[in-house]
Amino acid sequence: MLIEVTGVSHRYGSRTVLADVTVSLDEARIGVIGANGSGKSTFARLLNALVVPTDGRVRLDGLDTARSARDVRRRVGFCFTDPDAQIVMPTVAEDVAFGLRRLRLSKAAVADKVQAALTSYGLDGHADHPAHLLSGGQKQLLALASVLVTEPDLLVLDEPTTLLDLANARRVSELVAALPQQVLLVTHHLDLLAAFDRVLVFHEGRLVADDAPAAAVSFYRGLLA
Amino acid sequence: MNVLGSYVPGTSALHRAPAGAKLAVLVGLGAGSVLLQSPVRVAVAVGVVLVGYLVAGLGWRAPVDQLRPLVWLLGFTLVFHLVVSGWPRATVVVGTVVLLVLAAGLVTLTTRTTALVEVVVKLCGPLRRIGVDPERVGLMVALGVRCVPVVITLAEQVRDAQRARGLTASPRAFAVPLVVRALRHADGLGEALVARGVDD
Ligand SMILES: Nc1ncnc2c1ncn2[C@@H]1O[C@H](COP(=O)(O)OP(=O)(O)OP(=O)(O)O)[C@@H](O)[C@H]1O
Ligand SMILES: [Mg+2]
Repeated sequence: MLIEVTGVSHRYGSRTVLADVTVSLDEARIGVIGANGSGKSTFARLLNALVVPTDGRVRLDGLDTARSARDVRRRVGFCFTDPDAQIVMPTVAEDVAFGLRRLRLSKAAVADKVQAALTSYGLDGHADHPAHLLSGGQKQLLALASVLVTEPDLLVLDEPTTLLDLANARRVSELVAALPQQVLLVTHHLDLLAAFDRVLVFHEGRLVADDAPAAAVSFYRGLLA
Repeated sequence: MNVLGSYVPGTSALHRAPAGAKLAVLVGLGAGSVLLQSPVRVAVAVGVVLVGYLVAGLGWRAPVDQLRPLVWLLGFTLVFHLVVSGWPRATVVVGTVVLLVLAAGLVTLTTRTTALVEVVVKLCGPLRRIGVDPERVGLMVALGVRCVPVVITLAEQVRDAQRARGLTASPRAFAVPLVVRALRHADGLGEALVARGVDD
């Protein structure tokens, strides 16, 4: 998808958290880095209309998020940091099926898609388990499966590996790397971005660098020095 | 503990029975339990429910697990009635509670939440006329079931954090952070629901 962010500023009350961001993205792998509170999550939330900017415009393949929020959300999947907050149904299979509601498929078609998703994300055999009994890594895999089963064109991930141990973080990032979809990944795990096409650096609400991974990461390190 | 959503997969006749029928029997049993006025009848009814556990392939541990959280309550009730009204009354009262808890457990253990939610949605169908969206009601039930273990986890985190800092049990020091966490969780959940297309 072509992501066009034009003259975007966003304020919470009188506090400006994004200031005059303009960027146009259509690469397959886009990274977003920056210090805590620099505006990364707010930027990510713009892309599926969870946040509508106080100024400026965000368009995805020409769809304005302020006017076509639903259509945008159908095509943009979003994965949050805390899997517990995004698993909304009691059992694993029910949660994966939840996202398919809007497609109005038959019961059998839903069951097939759910089964296929569970198999490809290593959750086979957990279909009827209560979601709260999964490990942290499995929960994040479930969250991903539940989003990807709806076949979005763009997947936005806000620090999906932050709460995971090394092994699970690697599993999730390998899975993400293999996706056919366009991906925008917000992360503090800078090494995940090595093979990315483009990396944005945010600092105090401003987009301060937009470069290849190595250059962007060293710019970010320079900011902290 | 009998947390809802503790469905145990299986293919027994009880698993395959329609959720609506199981709920109806459960409600009927609840209403009919006032008729069980002799210890023998109560024992027979409990026996029938226990057979249900076996038919469903849940094993002997399952009914014990259902009752474990109630051990103190049941013990206290038993003693109270033994003292106040003698053993026949005591066994009937305690036996009826055991019966209903076991029966409710049997239904939740053999029925997917989705199926229970569908019954709720169907029952709420007529409410559509007064502007209630049955699908929304069903979603709320499912969300409620999902939130039970989350809130338990949050409570454990708060308690652990207090212990780690050497705070002794203070209801306010427990309630305030728990409520804050629960609200934060609700915020995140709301956002996730929107992101996952709840308003479609
Ligand atoms: N709903 C909100 N209401 C008020 N202020 C908010 C809200 N959401 C975020 N903020 C503020 O906006 C600023 C940017 O937040 P944002 O979450 O975008 O940062 P971030 O770069 O994702 O940080 P982190 O690395 O900690 O996740 C922060 O100062 C934050 O406190
Ligand atoms: Mg963030």
